[in-house]
Amino acid sequence: MARINVETFFQKLLPRTKRNLQYGMVDDRVFVQKEHKCPTCSNPVETDQLKENAFVCYHCNHHFRISAPERLRLLADNGEYQEFSGGLSSLNPLDFPDYEERFSAAKEKSGLDEAVKTVVCKIGGRETVVIVMSFQFMGGSMGSVVGEKITRAVLLAAQRGLPCVLFTASGGARMQEGIYSLMQMAKTSHAIALLERTRMPLIVVLTDPTTGGVTASFAMLGDITLAEPEALIGFAGPRVIEGTIKQKLPEGFQKSEFLQEKGFVDRVVPRKDLKKTLTFLIDAHIAIRGGKK
Amino acid sequence: MTQRELQKKIRELKNLAAHHKLDIHEDLSRIASKIEGSESIDVTPWQRVELARHPNRPTTLEYIEKISDEYLELFGDRVFGDDPAMVGGIARIGGVAFTFIGHQKGKNMKENLRRNYGMAQPEGYRKALRLAYQAEKFGRPIITFVDTMGAFPGISSEERGISEAIARNLKEFSVLKTPIITTVIGEGGSGGAIGIAVADRVFMLENAVYSVISPEGCASILLRDAKKAQLAAGLMKMTARDLLSFGIIDGIVAEPPAGAHTDLSFVAARLKENILTHYKALSSKKLETVLKERSRRWLSFGEFYDPEEKEESFFKKFLPWGS
Ligand SMILES: [Zn+2]
Repeated sequence: MARINVETFFQKLLPRTKRNLQYGMVDDRVFVQKEHKCPTCSNPVETDQLKENAFVCYHCNHHFRISAPERLRLLADNGEYQEFSGGLSSLNPLDFPDYEERFSAAKEKSGLDEAVKTVVCKIGGRETVVIVMSFQFMGGSMGSVVGEKITRAVLLAAQRGLPCVLFTASGGARMQEGIYSLMQMAKTSHAIALLERTRMPLIVVLTDPTTGGVTASFAMLGDITLAEPEALIGFAGPRVIEGTIKQKLPEGFQKSEFLQEKGFVDRVVPRKDLKKTLTFLIDAHIAIRGGKK
Repeated sequence: MTQRELQKKIRELKNLAAHHKLDIHEDLSRIASKIEGSESIDVTPWQRVELARHPNRPTTLEYIEKISDEYLELFGDRVFGDDPAMVGGIARIGGVAFTFIGHQKGKNMKENLRRNYGMAQPEGYRKALRLAYQAEKFGRPIITFVDTMGAFPGISSEERGISEAIARNLKEFSVLKTPIITTVIGEGGSGGAIGIAVADRVFMLENAVYSVISPEGCASILLRDAKKAQLAAGLMKMTARDLLSFGIIDGIVAEPPAGAHTDLSFVAARLKENILTHYKALSSKKLETVLKERSRRWLSFGEFYDPEEKEESFFKKFLPWGS
């Protein structure tokens, strides 16, 4: 088999200039604008005020679901990032009826290309690979493109020696892609196994909601697992479980705080503290770690 | 060109045609079905689902007993308890010691209640991983049998971290330093199935099914009609032949015409022969090579269009590092 320079692949994936990456991508669109009422406290909310408050309800602290561009604006230094693998597009490997139509409708409705965006940006001055899922695009479902983009991003972090931050938001598998979608669970998990060999940290931030095959793969494989307050996080959805056990679920079941209590989340972090927390964690793993190199 | 390669070529052409909105899709589908047509196609996908779920269908433990000269079951995850829905232990076949791991369904109501219909909880997946680490330590190859509707969707399962348990298995099995051979013997349901199915070789019994969601689930969520499960079974492309044509599995183990339950010895003999053949092939390679091939296998799964790479995904050809 012909040998290929691995550098070439990653260089093509994300060109590196002499000294630094080319940032400069800023997406200023707002996607929660359709909501005029807080789903938790029912008070009316103003989009502008919401935006200033990191899309957290200024009455009751409800964390609105945000998509990749909003997340990156909050997180990346100056809101600037460089996207890669943005051109990958889904096929319909099962010839599943209406998949193309639903896909186009999702694009139209959300203004996004796919349920995940993979970028490199700076967080607190440190270059970081950031993966952000958007629940707004087909429920954040994972198909071949989502799996491939996450795999590439994780391996880019390994190859370039960069920390990796991964925001999850997903209802689970992209069912229209059938078995291919299931295989993405193993594919992304294997990429993380390869990243583990490099001592570069993977920091996962679970956001509302994270369920199904995404939870049972990369979402649970971070070196550090953070979660936004009150996010729904589980394998089976609450309705499925209620259907199995034929009774109501206890209050707070499968919420971030519940997972922290049960030992599956390192820490619940409010959105306004997230950048500070991530900056500290990245620093602790890159700049101020003790021990031998 | 083998049938698998031919299927792969057709798939690539289809994808290309679909992307460029070319109108040769129908032709390609006809060619594809002609190639498959060499075998009989009397059994519908739904009939296979029913055979895979047949109450008398042979279970993991029955196959292990038939296949091995000696078998000793081992229990417990060393953390919480033992999960009867997941079994495993050490077996001797000829002069070789194997570690077996598999979902275990019951054959009657009482047994099914104890075994939770083969729906494992976190302790089941953690027991599987414990046995897998043990196998790795002592250089035993691992044989897994998949037969589950899915992981158990319940309170206990969630609060003990079913997601974490499955995720960890996916990651760890993908780099485990010993050969792994998996066979889906009945139902391969979603994350609960793949939690013990990351392997060097994956096979299916002829009437086994393997999918991301049950046909019932697909019908109620995507087709918005729970009664359309039979239709969904076809749309999901979940039969052994579908998965072979996708290149997701490596081969099919034949069953008698009326299903595995009509002749356990016949199926067990085929299964054993298949496992031993592929174990021999894997064990003749350097472990390093086996691990690299496993890496490439799992990184390569996915069908998408990449404007940069045009023909094929990078991971289908190369490993991210080393070769
Ligand atoms: Zn509110």
